[in-house]
Formats: sequence, C-alpha cells, structure tokens
Amino acid sequence: MDELIGEFLTETNESLGALDLDMVRLEQNPNDKQLISSIFRLMHTIKGTCGFLGLPRLETVAHRAENVMGRFRDGDLKVTPAYVTLIFESFDRIKQIVSGLEATGSEPQGDDSELIAKLDAVYEGRDGNADNAKDGSKGDGTKDALQALFDSTPVLSPDQWHTIVTVPETDDHKMEEAVAAPIAETPKADEHAKAPVAAAESLRVNVDVLEDLMTLVSELVLTRNQLLQTLRNKRDNVFSAPLQRLSHVVTDLQEGVMKTRMQPIGNAWSKLPRIIRDLSMELNKKIDLVMEGEATELDRQILEMIKDPLTHMVRNSADHGVEMPADRVARGKPETGKIVLKAYHEGGHIIIEITDDGKGLPLAKIKEKIIKNGLATEQEVAAMSDQSIQQYIFKAGFSTAEKVTSVSGRGVGMDVVCTNIEKIGGSIVLKSIEGKGSTFLIKIPLTLAIVSALIVESGGEKFAIPQLAVRELVRTTPETSAKIEEVNGTPFYRLRDHLLPLVSLRALLELGGDARENQYIVVTQIGAFKFGIIVDKVFDTEEIVVKPVAKVLKNLEVFSGNTILGDGSVIMILDPNGVAKASGETDIVDTTPEEVKKTGPARAKTALLLFATNDSAPKAVPLSVVARLEEIKTSDIETSGGKMMIQYRGKLMPVTPFDSSVDMRAKGKKPILVFHDGANSMGLVVEKIIDITEEFVDVQVGSDHGGIVGSAIINGKATDVVDIGYFVRNTDQDWFKPHGEESYGQQTTQGRRVLLVDDSPFFRNMLTPLLKVAGYDVTTLDSATTALKMREDGEKFDIIVSDIEMPQMNGFEFAQRVREEGSTWIHTPMVALTSHTTEQDVHHGMEVGFSRYVAKFDRDTLLASLTETLIANQSIKQAAGGK
Amino acid sequence: MNALAAKSSIIAGSTRDYLTIYVGDQIFGIPILQAQDVLGEQRVTRVPLAPPQIAGALNLRGRIVTAVNMRVCLGMNMREDAGKSMHVVVEHGGELYSLMIDRIGDVMSLAMRDYENNPSTLDAHWRGVSKGIYRLKERLLVVLDVPRLLDALKPETELE
Repeated sequence: MDELIGEFLTETNESLGALDLDMVRLEQNPNDKQLISSIFRLMHTIKGTCGFLGLPRLETVAHRAENVMGRFRDGDLKVTPAYVTLIFESFDRIKQIVSGLEATGSEPQGDDSELIAKLDAVYEGRDGNADNAKDGSKGDGTKDALQALFDSTPVLSPDQWHTIVTVPETDDHKMEEAVAAPIAETPKADEHAKAPVAAAESLRVNVDVLEDLMTLVSELVLTRNQLLQTLRNKRDNVFSAPLQRLSHVVTDLQEGVMKTRMQPIGNAWSKLPRIIRDLSMELNKKIDLVMEGEATELDRQILEMIKDPLTHMVRNSADHGVEMPADRVARGKPETGKIVLKAYHEGGHIIIEITDDGKGLPLAKIKEKIIKNGLATEQEVAAMSDQSIQQYIFKAGFSTAEKVTSVSGRGVGMDVVCTNIEKIGGSIVLKSIEGKGSTFLIKIPLTLAIVSALIVESGGEKFAIPQLAVRELVRTTPETSAKIEEVNGTPFYRLRDHLLPLVSLRALLELGGDARENQYIVVTQIGAFKFGIIVDKVFDTEEIVVKPVAKVLKNLEVFSGNTILGDGSVIMILDPNGVAKASGETDIVDTTPEEVKKTGPARAKTALLLFATNDSAPKAVPLSVVARLEEIKTSDIETSGGKMMIQYRGKLMPVTPFDSSVDMRAKGKKPILVFHDGANSMGLVVEKIIDITEEFVDVQVGSDHGGIVGSAIINGKATDVVDIGYFVRNTDQDWFKPHGEESYGQQTTQGRRVLLVDDSPFFRNMLTPLLKVAGYDVTTLDSATTALKMREDGEKFDIIVSDIEMPQMNGFEFAQRVREEGSTWIHTPMVALTSHTTEQDVHHGMEVGFSRYVAKFDRDTLLASLTETLIANQSIKQAAGGK
Repeated sequence: MNALAAKSSIIAGSTRDYLTIYVGDQIFGIPILQAQDVLGEQRVTRVPLAPPQIAGALNLRGRIVTAVNMRVCLGMNMREDAGKSMHVVVEHGGELYSLMIDRIGDVMSLAMRDYENNPSTLDAHWRGVSKGIYRLKERLLVVLDVPRLLDALKPETELE
C-alpha cells in the first residue's frame, strides 16, 4: 500500500505542478481548448486514482472541480478570473490533502463542504453569474458519462483495499472489477493506454542513487588523477595507452553522470506564474511574467539552492518594482507591468536575468536610509556612485518599501538572497535606472560537485582556490615596479591604475614563516569586489571534487571544503568569500570606477591588446578580434605562391608582418596574433606583445597610412589603432572585396549616433573603429532583441546599421519591429548590411523599411551610404517640419 | 547493532572487547566495534585556524578523515616526533575521524565485574572523554567515550 500511495503522491505532485502553470496560461487564453482539455484530463486522472485508492476527501474535491472544468471544456461556461481563482482554491485544497497524506499516510481530517458548495453552485449555474445560466441537459450529459461510472463503483475503504491487493488470489474478480470499472470503461481509457509509451523513455530514479553514483564517479576521477600523476614522469610506459583510454572513458562517464543531475531551470520557475498571478490580484497590479530559456539546464543541487532566492526576487520585483496601473499610465508606460526572467549559458556559468520595467530603485530613499541606519555618513554617500548606493539593498535590514506588505518589505531578504547565491560560488549584479526598472544579473556555476581549482602554496601548505573566482595572476618582485606596497602595514598593489587591496594568506591563516621575495597575487573577484590574495607559489589548475569539511571545522569560513589531489594528499579549498570576510572586508560594494562605467550601455570600454614593432608608437587592436596569441619560429615560415605561410593546426595559415620594421629573417621566435573568421585564419607577425588593457577607444587623429585607423590615447600614450580589415584584405582575397582608399566627408557625420547590430563579433569590432574614425558615436549590439530592448529604454539613434542574417531575429524582422506602429524609432533610417545581395533581397529589404542595402565588405560604400542616408533623412525631416 | 552485540556479550559471560591504545603512559580502551581502521604513520594536512585538538585531515582510501590529536584532548604535552603517531579511525555522525595516539595495544576481553564508573576525582579533561575505568591486574584502563569526545570538539556556535 505504501508503495502505491508513494507513487500516487509523486505523480499527483507532478500533475499539480503542471496544473498551476496550465491554469495561469488558461486565464490568459481562456479560449484555448487544448489547454482546457489537458487540465480536465489531469484532474480526471487524479480523481480516478483517488477513487481507486480509497481517498474519499481528495476524490470529492477533485471530482467537483472536474465538473466545473467539464463545463469549460464543453464551452458552455466562459473562463473568468473568478472561476480560475475558485479552481486554484480547489488545487490548493488538493495540495493540502496530498501533503497531509504524505506526512501521515492517510487523509487528514477536514471539512470541504464550503468549497464543494461553491464548486457545485458554479457547476449547476447557481452562482449568480448571468452568463452561467444552467443549460441542464448539457451538464447532465457530462455527468451521465463519467459520473455514472464513479457512482456505480464501490469506493473501498483502505482496509478492504489492503486485503485485496496483498492477497489477490482470494478475491480475483473483485479486484478486476475495482480496477477495470473506473479506468477501462471510461471514455478516457485510450489516453491512459498511451501514457506508458511516453513514460518508457524516461525512468524515475531515486535521487540517492544518483548521489551515490556521483560520489563513485568523483572517486573514480580522483583515482584517475592519481594514476595520471604517478605516470606523468614515466614516458612510454606500457600503461600509458590503456590509461589514456581509461581517462577518456572516465571523463565521458563523469559528463554522463553530471547530465543525470541536470534539470531544466524551468523546474524552479514553475511556481512563479502562479505566485505572480496571486500577487497581482492581491496588490491590484497588472503584471506579465515572461520566461525565456526555461530549458537551460543546471545541476539539481544548485537548482534547489537558487529556487528560494529566485522566488524572493521575483516577488520583490512584483511588489517593489512594478507600479500600480494608474501610476504606470501617468508615467507613459503600458498599464501592464512586465517581469522578464531569462536564463542562458555563458562560459562555464549560467546567467539568470530578472528584469522589471517598474520604478527602479529610489536612490534618494536608499541614501536616506543608509544615513539613518548609520551605514555611512552623508559625505561618504555623496561621494558614492549610483551603483555603490544601489548595492546597499543587499545589506541586512534594508528595505525601501514604504510599508510592510504581506509580500515583502520586512527588510529581510535581499541580504539572504545575496548570501545564498554567493554560497554556491555565484555573484549578483544589480543595474537599475530610476523610473525605468531594474535588472538583477545572477551568475552561477553549472555544477558544484566538480570544479576546477588553482593550486597555490603559502607557508609550505597547499591550498585550492576555485578557478571561478580567479581573474588573473600577478607575479611580484621587490626590484621591479611590480611590487607590493604598504600603507600602515596593509598591503596594496597597483593593478593597471587601480589600487588592489591585498590579503596575505600567510597572515590570514597564521601559517608563520617569513615572506618570500617573489610572491604571487591571485586576483580574485566576488561580485563587483576585487581583491588580491598573496601566496608564495602557484601550481597548475586541477579538476577537484569538492567534499564538505568535517562538522568540527564548519565554523572556519575561509574554507568551503576539502579535496584529495592527484598525489593523494588532502588539500583545503579556500572560499574567496570567506577570505574577503575574514580579512575584514564586509562591504562588497565595488569601488573601482571602471566597473561603474561599465554599466553604461552606450559607451563601454574596449579591451585592447597592445603590441610593439620596431617602430616607435605602440599599436592597439581590439582584443575580441584576436583569436589566439602564438609564438612561431621564423624558420617555420614557408613561402608559397608568393605568400608567407605557416603550418598551423594542420592547415596552412597565411602570415604577414605588421610592417617592414618586423624582421622576418631574424632567427628565433616571434609572437603572432591569430585572427579568425569562420574557417579562415591569418597571422599577423609583430615584434613584442606589451599588455592587455581596457580603454575607451577615442580615435582622435585619423590616418592615411594603410593598416592604421588612427591614433588614440591608450594607457597615457599615443597609440596607433590597427585596422585589422586592412591586413585581412591584403592577405586573403576571399574575405573582402578589394577596393581603393577614399576619403570621406565628415561634416554631416560628426557626433551622429549609429547603432550597429551584427551577431558576428569580428565585424562588430572591425566596423566600430572604422565608424568612429569617421566621426560617428557608435553603439554596437549583438542581436536585434537587445536593440529592441534599448528602444524600450528610450535610447535614440540617428541611424541604424543592421546585419540581415542573425540568429533569433533576422534583419528583416528587426526592421519590421522598428517600423511598427508606436515605435519610437519609426523615423530612424536603417541601412542593411549583408553578404547576400540578390535583387529579391534588396526588394524585400526596402519593403520592410531599410533605406539602403550595402554589401558587408564594402566599407567605403557603407560610409558613403551612411552619409547620404543621413543627409536624405535630414531633408525629409526638414520638409516634414522637424521632429 | 553495536549495543546489541555488547548486550549479548554481557549475557554470555559479562565481558566486553576493547582495542587498547596508549597515549603517553596511559592505556585506554575503545569498544572494538567502534574502531574501523588502525593506521600507521600518515601524511596529515594541517588545517589552519582549526582548534588545537584538530591535527588536520588525511586521505583514507578516497575519504577525507579528520585527525584528532589525543594528547591535546587529554591536556598532555605534544610529542616531539608527532609524525610517528598511529591512528585509530572511528565513525561519528556519518563522518570519519582518526584518533592520533602513540601506540596500539592488544584487543582485550574485559569482565564487567572489573568495571567502575568515573571516579569523581578524575581531572576534568579526562572526565569529558572517559566512560569508566577497568581494574586490570597491573594498571587501570580508561574506557574512551568516543562520541562524547568528538561532540565536544564541535563549535559551540553551531545551531544544529
């Protein structure tokens, strides 16, 4: 009996989860027949099973609710919010009974007569709704088919039922009757028959089994690592080949087992539509919840841990964020507020975005509260950036809600959310514009079980630092400029024009011993806070299996766990959060202006690679266009067809010296920058790589020298910004159409805002410097959807340049959206940028609203087109009398 | 299981089996069923900032074992050649702990009639880890209360 009830409970809980979602959808599309049928069917299944298991209370509620659903299905009763609320009420009652059943194994006591009376009133058309005039015959018809069967089926008490199942031989026919009557003869029987086919492809496995499997695989990984370590120094061993194979199999196995633990994030979201619906009823707000990327998978352990924080944040957005409908209308926003929940993969992380278009964070009120709570003085607050101030909402006891509602405003929450997310190695970033809305960006690792960690040594002891938190490594020496400096005994390091606070691991962990001359700084980042950990030595990174520390050590917050290394030794895993806290850093508010400026969407800094030739000025190229940096021997360069080539990764790659000052005949190694587009690569030979830096590229002086876009101040020096297109064009004719150099007029273009939408980072990075040097203020975006979001944010541009082939939304659709009724960009001219220029395409493009059609590689035509379009548009505007 | 076995042995002949260990000059007994492994010298990774009783962590067939320094627990001086210690591995609360001791002795079957509860004059350090005392012929054997010893190590702030 226990087993059957258990199975019933699992199934019912799943069905109820699905029902909640379906009902919210139904409320939005009351005419969706398929949805109604599916809800009806689920309800019916619950009812059927209850009858069979002898659960009268559950059966009655499910049955009466099913009656009402039946009327929706037959179309003789319209779905209204009031009815949906009633059905929800029935679901809640069912859930309540089910949870009682789960706890005690039998139905809890309780009185459902009030609910049943309400359901019956609706079913029989006595609820006072004018539309719900009872058409007797139809309702009875439904009743006849299903009800008769249930009425005629004897409901067995649990005791009776128990005897039948355990000793089936004695009462065969009775058993048959009990099973066959409600299921086999109902009109829905065929659906029951189909169900097992789908079920056979998936299997319910106990979570414990999976956990055990994971532990075993972890052990296997460790053992494999030990073997690899042992054999690393012994080449050409007989074990090498089998070990290699074992290693592959273990890796695959590890991936496979990890996959079994993966669950779509939608599972954590399934409750949210219902919560938002209830909230909007309670608060009298109109809120739309949009969920994107529900299928994004992540480890179930993490899923469990983010479920509550996510729910809390969505509730917060609904309660604090979205305004009352009247206020929204007064501010010129649509009456219905929108909360967008989005999940996607990025690197080894999952990013979850929660965006609302509500009122945003009230800066003034937060400031007031910071001062009132004594968290900072007025002067300090005045000196803070907006982002720093906003971060205060993650502190305990901080709520900006004017009154405490049943939903939120008690000042507990955001700090807990933040702590929970950081506990799993995640971070949370907040962007908010007052009046426009807020966005929370949560970044969490894919899995907790196996992580990659950097092994470091300090005071003779080894420690692991999770790679996720590590940004970069710096080696310091007392002689050079790269040294650690002290203020009143507190160490600091100058990291690219910023002061990086440092924590000495030796001092923090009381390891003793003297500091070495050459130390390493592990630059670590938590959320927006960056700090450095001073260590003696840095070893390699290793995949480690995180094991929790023993209970007696739980209060040491500097460690997040421990693990066994390849050599069999135990090593403690440092928790960067704990280290920051233990070193006295309780405030994770970012203080570097760099981060603050980064949040501005329009003028982002560009990461640049600086290199030198024998020529004087340093050269800069956008880092994102550089696929790899390599070192080649000049002797490896071969000449074929008059071009210099090297064999690179099994292919011939053309290489070209940056300029004549790069001596290709000199012996030894030379660094090359590898550029990549699709299947093509090319290498640019330079003399020396200098550094990587982040700067606003503001090309001030144009250049007529081939290969140089112009000069900009980078790291305080005049630097040549390199036009990669020039080299690519000269190297590989397939990439670009050859064309001559022309000069372009700048009068009409100066300071005009151009929005460039292209999914290829290569072209984005190629065109940006080009357009900048022509005097445009360029904003680049990688997709049309983000562009449309900028439109909603109220950004304005003078001209839009868009690629046609893009994933998700292509250029044609984008143009349609831009030109749609009520769009703020309806008059913004658009230029299409494409590699396809058939007449049909051009025609289609013109139809949807593009003013020009330019081939992607033809940069001069592009510039000319931009100028012409802008001039043309200006005259149209003037003719139309401004605007 | 443990209790049951102990009970049956009382009925059978009123004796219990103990693994004997030495810390300093003192002989201790650990109920034989509590001892999982006896290990020789081990590489123990120090855990910085841990309480002094925790010697560190070691790897036992892929499981991480927390090493407890018995000398510190008993308020004795540290040995100079601490690395030469032996380990008795016990399980407590689903986790493995190893008790670092000086030397391992025999397994003894001890009669209940020689058993006495803790004398009240025993040092507080010792009363916390001792269950009772057996009168052996030449010396006294202290029965270690392993669960109590390990529970005492838990941080007080823990709310569990």
